[in-house]
Formats: sequence, C-alpha cells, structure tokens
Amino acid sequence: MPELTYAQAVNAALRRALEERPEVVVYGEDVGKPGGVHGVTRGLHRSFGDRVFDTPISESSILGSAIGMSMVGLRPVVEIMWADFVFVAFDQLINQASNVRYVSRGELTAPITVRMQQGAAPGACAQHSQSIEAFLAHIPGLRVALPSNPQDAYDITLAAIAADDPTVVIENRTLYHSMRSEVSFAEQWPVSRAARVVRSGTDITAVTWGATVNAVLSAAAMLDERAGIDVEVIDLRWLNPLDDEAVALSLSNTGALAVVHEANQTGGFGAEIVARMTERGIPLSPPPLRIATPDMRIPAAPSLLSAVVPSADLIARRLEAAVTSR
Amino acid sequence: MDEHPRLDLLRMMWRIRLFEERVLELHRAGEVVGSVHLCIGQEAIAVGACSELRLPGDAVFATYRGHGWALACGVDVEVLFAELLGRETGINGGRGGSAYFSAPQYGFYGENSIVGAHLPIAVGAAMATAWTGNGRVCLAVCGDGAMNQGSVAEALNFAAIRNAPVVFVVENNVYSELTPIAAMVREPRLVERARPYGIPAQRVDGNDAAAVAVSVRSAVGRCRDGGGPVLIEAMTQRLVGHYIGDAQLYRPAGEVDAARDGDPLVVAAAQAQARGVSSRDLSELEQAVRREVDDACARALDAPRADASNVREHVYA
Repeated sequence: MPELTYAQAVNAALRRALEERPEVVVYGEDVGKPGGVHGVTRGLHRSFGDRVFDTPISESSILGSAIGMSMVGLRPVVEIMWADFVFVAFDQLINQASNVRYVSRGELTAPITVRMQQGAAPGACAQHSQSIEAFLAHIPGLRVALPSNPQDAYDITLAAIAADDPTVVIENRTLYHSMRSEVSFAEQWPVSRAARVVRSGTDITAVTWGATVNAVLSAAAMLDERAGIDVEVIDLRWLNPLDDEAVALSLSNTGALAVVHEANQTGGFGAEIVARMTERGIPLSPPPLRIATPDMRIPAAPSLLSAVVPSADLIARRLEAAVTSR
Repeated sequence: MDEHPRLDLLRMMWRIRLFEERVLELHRAGEVVGSVHLCIGQEAIAVGACSELRLPGDAVFATYRGHGWALACGVDVEVLFAELLGRETGINGGRGGSAYFSAPQYGFYGENSIVGAHLPIAVGAAMATAWTGNGRVCLAVCGDGAMNQGSVAEALNFAAIRNAPVVFVVENNVYSELTPIAAMVREPRLVERARPYGIPAQRVDGNDAAAVAVSVRSAVGRCRDGGGPVLIEAMTQRLVGHYIGDAQLYRPAGEVDAARDGDPLVVAAAQAQARGVSSRDLSELEQAVRREVDDACARALDAPRADASNVREHVYA
C-alpha cells in the first residue's frame, strides 16, 4: 500500500474518479492549472485537461453551476477554497441543492460533491478559521462528512462522488501535508458511511470528528499514561447520515459521554449527539460533557488562538475531571 | 416576421391566460393557498421563447412567476392545476406548489423562488453540454429585479467565460417586486448589463410573441453554433399584482388600464386578423381552450389530496 499524505489521498480519489467515471468534472478557484491553493488538485488538470478547470471568484456560480450540471447527468466535484467562503453562496446549498430532489419528487437530483477545508491554525484569521459543520448538518437533503486521516479522505471522497445526494466533504488543511499513512485502494468504490471506533476504552466515550479526532487520541493517550483512564474514541466521519447506533453501543459499555469539537459550543453538532443519546434514555454518569471552542470569534495571534481552541491538554483535563467526578 | 399567423402561439397564450385567471378564482375560493405569482400580461415571452426551443432536449429554468413557462414547455394543464391544489396527481405530487413546478420530461427544469438563484444553475446545465455533446441549449428567465442580485452578475460572467450555450431572458415588467425598477437602477436599459460581460444582447417587445420568437431563434442559433450566451431583455407589463392579493397601491392611476392596450393577447389577435383570420375563428379558438382549461381544472379538483403517508420520501436518494 502506498503511503500518502491526506492531500495526496484526496488527490488520488479525485484522479480515480476522473479515470473511472467520465461524468466527473472537478473545478473551483485555482483548482486547475495552479493545482489548488493547498495543492490538493495538483496534476489533475495536466492529466484530464478541461475536465479540471479554474473558475472566477464566484462561489454562487461554482455551487450553482454544479447543481445545474448534476441535474443533467454530470457528477461535478467543486471546491470551496475555505469553508468560511461558502456563506457567500449558502443559498445554493441550503435553498437549492437540498431541495432539488424533494420538490421534484425525485424527478430531478443534484449529486454534487462539494469539497472545502476548515479549522483554526496558527496564523489563520477570523474569516479563515471557523468550523461550520453544524450549519450544514442541520440541512435535510445534504450529506456531510469530515475525514480525519488519509484513508478516510480517500474513501469518503469517493463515497461522496458516488452518492446520489448533494454531499459536502469538509477537509482540514492542518492535516493536508502533516499527516501521512498507508492508504489502500479497494477495487470497489468505498460506500461505508459508518462511524469508527478509533480507540477502544471502558471509562468514557469521546465522540468527535475531523481533525479533532487526532487531538482526542492524544488526550486519550495522556490520560491512559498519567491516570489510567481508558477513553473510547469514536470518529463519526459522517454527520449525515449519522451513525448514532455506534455511539449508543459504545455508551452501553462506558456509561459516560463527552462530545468534542472545534466548532463553538452553542448549537454545535455535539449537542445533537447528547440529545439523541439522552432521548434514548441511556443512563449516563457523569452528565454528558461538551468540549468545544467557547462562543466567541477566532483571534489571529497564535497565543490567543491556543487559549480558546480545544487542545489535547484541555481535552485530557476535562475528560479526567468528568471521569473522576463519578 | 412569419408569413403565416402564429395561431399556435395565440392558442398557448390563451391557455396560460385562462389557466392563470382560474388560479386566481381558485385562490379567492380558498382552494389554492399561499403565495402565488401570476404572469397575466407577460404570456408572450414564455410562448414566443419556448416555440423556438427543442423540448425536452433543451432546458428551461424559470422563476416563481413560471406557470406560463411550464405550460409553454408543454406541461399538461391538469397536472399543474393539481399541483397548485395540493393533489396527489400534481406534477410534483404537492411537494412543489406554485413556485416550484418542475417537469424535466418536458425540458422544464423548474421554477425557483429565490430571486436570481437559478441563473448559475442554468449556466451549469449549459456548461454540461461541453462534455455531454448533446447540443442542449438552456434558457434562464428572470425578472428585471433579479438583475440586481449578485448571483446574476456571477452567472453572466461565468457563462461568458465558459462560452456556455445559455439564453438569458429578462422579463422586464418595470417592477422589481413592488418597486419601480427605474428607481433601483441608474441605467434603466437592462440590456446594457450584458455588454461588459462580452455577451451580445437585444431588447425586444415582450408583448409580441412573434417578435420574441424571432429574437430567441437567433439567440438559440448562436448558442447551437458555439457562439456562447446571449441576453434578451423583453419589455412587458404585469396586468395583475406581484402576487395574488397585492393591492398595487404603488402603481400610478391608469397605468394598468393603459397597459391593457398592449395586452399580448390583443396584440396577437390583431396580428392574426391582419393576416385574414376571422374574429369568429379567433373566438372559437378561445372557446376551445376555455373548455380544455375548465375540464382540466374539474379533473384536478376531483383528484385525491396528496398522500401524506409518503411525505418524508425523496429527501434523500
């Protein structure tokens, strides 16, 4: 199996889709000849010509045109350069793509894939750092996934392209070139939209997704070493469809729940997990715990940023306090 | 101008007019509920334009004032009544309603009630032709007010840069919803918006279906020949409110009455008579369409209400 970075894994998935499905086209701002501002689409234009192309800085038209193409049989994969930019064109996802199938009673469909990347990183700024998955996961008709590693980046990208629903894949630029691992290219296109237990444990279930999975795994390793606390970590991978069975199953063993995300707390997707598990009547002790960025804006200075975005240290402290309070 | 009278256009205009008048009655009777935007007075644009498309191969993207466009694409009168009435037999089974009719089997890719949102979508469907090679031309219609939306500005440039085979038809009824468009733009000739994008454009009399047809024929031909997008500004007037129930207090006294002189049905009837069609033949044409619309409405009213047992179907694949 080849060892790929996260960015290379996305690239490999796009290349395979372009090779195997003639109805796939890939486009967005600087996606073609420049190969993307983060290099994710590098080399694709050279290999596939005008099926991989650059667009004006026009997010509404990037998303809207993809919807139109998909209504007549193509499978466009479009990039929104930074997740924050999708708000310029939110209408196209929330009023348009999500409604195509329903209001036409299935006579029309919009199988688009929208790639974007999100999250805070040192040196990023207020309008290039937000975690926006809850906005998208709130919308019936859209599918939403957040790969946390190269294999998932490959698998989820292909699953999104194969899906007959409009699907948003939220990548994370902090992982693009820093995370490298072996990636297997299964003969069949991956279709699984299940959550994954990335670390088994007995004391508390920590539910997370995207780049935060790695922070939670670091926290779990710290707690194991310093306090003998055994954290089970679930990477949801897909927020829609949501594999809440996987969470419930884990809670039947641990009896304790934490949700961890980089998005700010109020209305965050973690609250949905807590609500669903509470509705199931699963007895939880201590009460469910939300670990998130506080409800505030994202500061520019690295020292300010690290004071608000959940770090592995902070996650470990909060989990430890919860488990020891029991 | 065609040498023969375009009675096909007149028949379709009558179909739309009588459909819309019946919708108004059904709304007043409480049979049709919610926001409804009639196209009375604007029928000639849809009818003239669609007569020049190859449907269903070509694709039309319309606005919430789109009943006439659906009919002009050939969608059956009854299933549109049924849709408005929330019946199971509606073209979209009651999921769409007045502002979201769609019938791709007729080349009608739907209405939209977000002003200007469908232009990028239409451009994308047109861009697809580069890969599908099926010669499809897309037509996106919007109102004058939509020309002030960002998505429309984006779509014009996107279409131009991709040389997409799309015809933009701007129905300029001189009101941006309830506000005169002249008060919302410094250059009231919206056709001028196209030139900076490198898009050829033409202003036509939107109350003359035959003139609209001639203009659209040229635009569609240019698209099919690989010439890229074209914009047509079709001048018209609404003879009714922006929506059913709009008291139109913002319109100057006498404006609507004056506009009736330019009623596209009057224009088309006069053209037909000038070419030797008798007033008796015209009257019979109208009566035949009236019977058709009456019968279709009666059947739609008799149909069962949309089945709520499957209301959650079609959210996802």
